[in-house]
Amino acid sequence: MSKFKKKDTKGLQAINTASLPDIVFMLLFFFMVTTVMRETTLQVQVQVPNASEVKKIEKKSLVSYIYVGRPVSGIVELYGTEPMIQLNDKIINDEGVPVEPIKDFVLFEREKLPEEDRNFMTISLRIDKNINMGKVTDVKQALRYANALKINYSAKRDYENQPVR
Amino acid sequence: MARRGTPEINAGSMADIAFLLLIFFLVATTMDVDTGISRLLPPIPEDQEDVEIDVRERNVLVVLINRDDQLMVGGELMDLPTLKEKTLEFFSNPTNAENLPEMKEVDIIFPPGTSASFPDGNATFLVSQGVISLQNDRSTTYGKYLQVQDVLVAAVNELRDQCALDYFGRHFDDLNPLNFTDAEIIEGIRKIYKMNISEAEPKNIGGN
Repeated sequence: MSKFKKKDTKGLQAINTASLPDIVFMLLFFFMVTTVMRETTLQVQVQVPNASEVKKIEKKSLVSYIYVGRPVSGIVELYGTEPMIQLNDKIINDEGVPVEPIKDFVLFEREKLPEEDRNFMTISLRIDKNINMGKVTDVKQALRYANALKINYSAKRDYENQPVR
Repeated sequence: MARRGTPEINAGSMADIAFLLLIFFLVATTMDVDTGISRLLPPIPEDQEDVEIDVRERNVLVVLINRDDQLMVGGELMDLPTLKEKTLEFFSNPTNAENLPEMKEVDIIFPPGTSASFPDGNATFLVSQGVISLQNDRSTTYGKYLQVQDVLVAAVNELRDQCALDYFGRHFDDLNPLNFTDAEIIEGIRKIYKMNISEAEPKNIGGN
């Protein structure tokens, strides 16, 4: 008889899972912190173009979004299939140059920012790539009248055509 | 005697609950970063007379996109890669050609000691006076328009990058705008190669 008995190696030992909740909670908190819930429901289809020279938008709190595209299939009965402009949750339905609604929108969004940041407000234009420039020009003119001159043409990074630098 | 005390709570289901929440947030998360090309729109001119700025013909490169998404640059039909070459040539004017934009000498102050070519930081560069005027029809597609914008920006970025490599031995994109010295270098290089892309007042080209 040996003094030190060999450990019983038969059968699998249960793995200690006490730290599993901790690990899961860590992951959970990571995702909770990084998640940004989408505030607006898109009512227009937007497929932004690809571009090679895109830059990341630095301060997201200073950015307001204008969407231009054809209405999504659910509201085609209501609005038809012509390209529409969406400001936050609201679709602009009137014909012609949408200067007044965009002016109001810009004023409203600018009002929300702290005073020292108002000059840095950026309008991100999320425009479908198949839309005609006529609509885009109207929006740009309206933004000029609203004195919101910093704009950003939203585009996806084109990974296939990256410049060699 | 059994000791009285709070009985231990069974924490076995904690992991399950956490998993459930985790899966919810995993599904709900959108990780897309916002990217795009930044532009500054020209303000609405208050005085109509101020609009007519005297620009010489050699200093302007007109880029037209018609309603069929065709490209005309300086009077000839062109595709996107050729436009980039043309833009590079237009903004750099390496041979000081007569038909390319005038170059004007400009003194630019860089932080001293950053470049071997001018140790005290004072440099004189030839700066192009060229302006690219981008005009489009109302029926041009936005996708094409942005491609052209992209090519023009790419050309200017390439020139800036080359300049940064030649004089500072670093890539333009590697300069950190939060670093004071780097910020001054960026500012200086931006003065050498300006992003002179003007978007014309809207009008119809090529008929509707």
